[in-house]
Amino acid sequence: MNAFNLIRIAWRALQRNKLRAFLTMLGIIIGVAAVITMVAIGQGSKKSIQDSIASMGSNMLTVRPNSNVAAGARLDATTVQSLTLADVTALQKQARYLSAVSPGISTKGQAINGSSNWPTTIQGVSPEYLDIREWPIKDGIAFSDDDVSTAGKVCLIGQTVATNLFPGGESPVGKIIRFNAVPFKVIGLLATKGENAFGQDQDDVIIAPYTTVMKRILSTIYLQNIYASAVDENSADKAVDEMSQILRASHRLRSTDQDDFLVRSQAELLNTFSSTSQLLTVLLTAIAGISLVIGGIGIMNIMYVSVTERTKEIGLRMSIGARGIDILLQFLLEALLISITGGLIGVALGVTAARLVTVFLSWPTLVSESSILLSFLVCALTGIFFGYYPAQKASRLDPIEALRYE
Amino acid sequence: MAKKILEVQNLKREFRMGTEVVRALKGVTFDVTAGEFITIMGSSGSGKTTMLNILGCLDKPTDGKYLLDGVDIGSLGRNELARLRNEKIGFVFQAYNLLPRTSALENVELPLLYNASVSSHDRRERAVRALEAVKLADRLDHTPSQLSGGQQQRVAIARALVNEPVMILADEATGNLDSRTSYEIMALLQELNQTQQKTIVFVTHEPDIASFSSRTVMLRDGKLMKDTMNENKRSAKEVLAGLPVSDDY
Repeated sequence: MNAFNLIRIAWRALQRNKLRAFLTMLGIIIGVAAVITMVAIGQGSKKSIQDSIASMGSNMLTVRPNSNVAAGARLDATTVQSLTLADVTALQKQARYLSAVSPGISTKGQAINGSSNWPTTIQGVSPEYLDIREWPIKDGIAFSDDDVSTAGKVCLIGQTVATNLFPGGESPVGKIIRFNAVPFKVIGLLATKGENAFGQDQDDVIIAPYTTVMKRILSTIYLQNIYASAVDENSADKAVDEMSQILRASHRLRSTDQDDFLVRSQAELLNTFSSTSQLLTVLLTAIAGISLVIGGIGIMNIMYVSVTERTKEIGLRMSIGARGIDILLQFLLEALLISITGGLIGVALGVTAARLVTVFLSWPTLVSESSILLSFLVCALTGIFFGYYPAQKASRLDPIEALRYE
Repeated sequence: MAKKILEVQNLKREFRMGTEVVRALKGVTFDVTAGEFITIMGSSGSGKTTMLNILGCLDKPTDGKYLLDGVDIGSLGRNELARLRNEKIGFVFQAYNLLPRTSALENVELPLLYNASVSSHDRRERAVRALEAVKLADRLDHTPSQLSGGQQQRVAIARALVNEPVMILADEATGNLDSRTSYEIMALLQELNQTQQKTIVFVTHEPDIASFSSRTVMLRDGKLMKDTMNENKRSAKEVLAGLPVSDDY
């Protein structure tokens, strides 16, 4: 009895009842297709979240004031004025895990160019901000440290602002626009960044020197944010600790005091989102996995019926020289062929379904090789696991009784 | 002296049914030499079926000896018995036992699939030859449902021949057939017996069928009642020729 003959026997046995074989397969097909599609949807959404977070600058760290208790009343975080330029200087001088630091102060207002106007946000930062955000300039140049020290009335504008203020499509570089009452010269156009992880349009912004925003628009000495970038992704956690220490020292907080600021890293944000989408993936996969198990039980069910129905055939095979092990392997192989063929069809179907989801629902999907390999492996194991008992039952039949079975 | 194919010595077989012991065979002795066409006869309960199971290596005796082609089966395990059945015995059953929706050729090839020493080319060639021997060379691709009862039984005989066994063991092989087709099958078996010297052991309860064999072993109540050479053995071919050409209805 060689392996080739065995495969031939099992294959021919399946051929004799194609419809039944296909119906048995259906459970596995649906199970595998479901697993692959679900994992693809889960992975796709995870990937797109990662990408959009990365688009905000993957090493970026943000400091903002924290709500704090002042004279017994808890103050709203946005009204707390705790960050100053001194903090920025301290960070620039002392931090070892930071490659760039920029103050941040922003306000909403109306941008005007001739007859066009557009409500937008002006973001006052230092030139390093563009490095921190990994934000290239599409046209024109960035402002310089000189512009910062002179509070120069220059700005960079995002694509959305450009589109709305210059509906004719002419280049905005070199033009003068007004933000509220202050005229600004547009010296650069920022590259398109798209939406961030929260769905905000990152291109709806005007970027100007922080000194200009502080002195000419808001007349304040406090900052709303400090932006920084860690030297690399792995040192983000260390950078967060380091920043906290430096800021606590700079704010002269006692060890019993709460932080009056909050440091957020993108990595942290990434983890939060990833764990959410991870949970989603696990849930979806678990549900799909259940359908795979049900498919397996379907195989077992049909194989049991098949063994009973084919008792006489088993008796015949034994009488013409099949050993118990030959019968066992035949039925096991039949189950395996069903599950593997079903698995192959399921993989094809799952990959197609994932594509269709992307095309028709515009959901991001990502079919990973590992999910294909895994579900295929699970399939084969399902076939062996659920095929074994019926096969064993068949192999233990007494040939005499099996031959007489009606 | 021709070679002994079967040696049955004081064969006993007991079954335990709950607390009762049923003695199906109570000590049977006979030999079969190569080239014989022997029928084993007996009514229900005579031990005929038990005898057949033991002769077919599907069952083992409780006591006594059974040698098939010189091999004592009493000492063999399940797998060795399977191998022996595969190489030395060709079964023909009352209900044909062909695999449904499977061509005649593939049905005949089946025993050789369980014999690893036969290549796929040999397998096909031998199956075709066996089908030619039963005059079904033009029905290779027909499935059992496309064949008449007599043709199905001839496929079964081809399947019994294909592994070149030392003995063809037929169990009421004509039981499901009308008399004309029965005679055709008997004529085929007689021909195989005479031209190819196949040893045939035919288990039946019909005296009419037994008259075509050269020897009859009669069992009753688990004992050998009669073991007689058939003096006036009939030729199935002649009987067939004597039948009216067409059925009158």
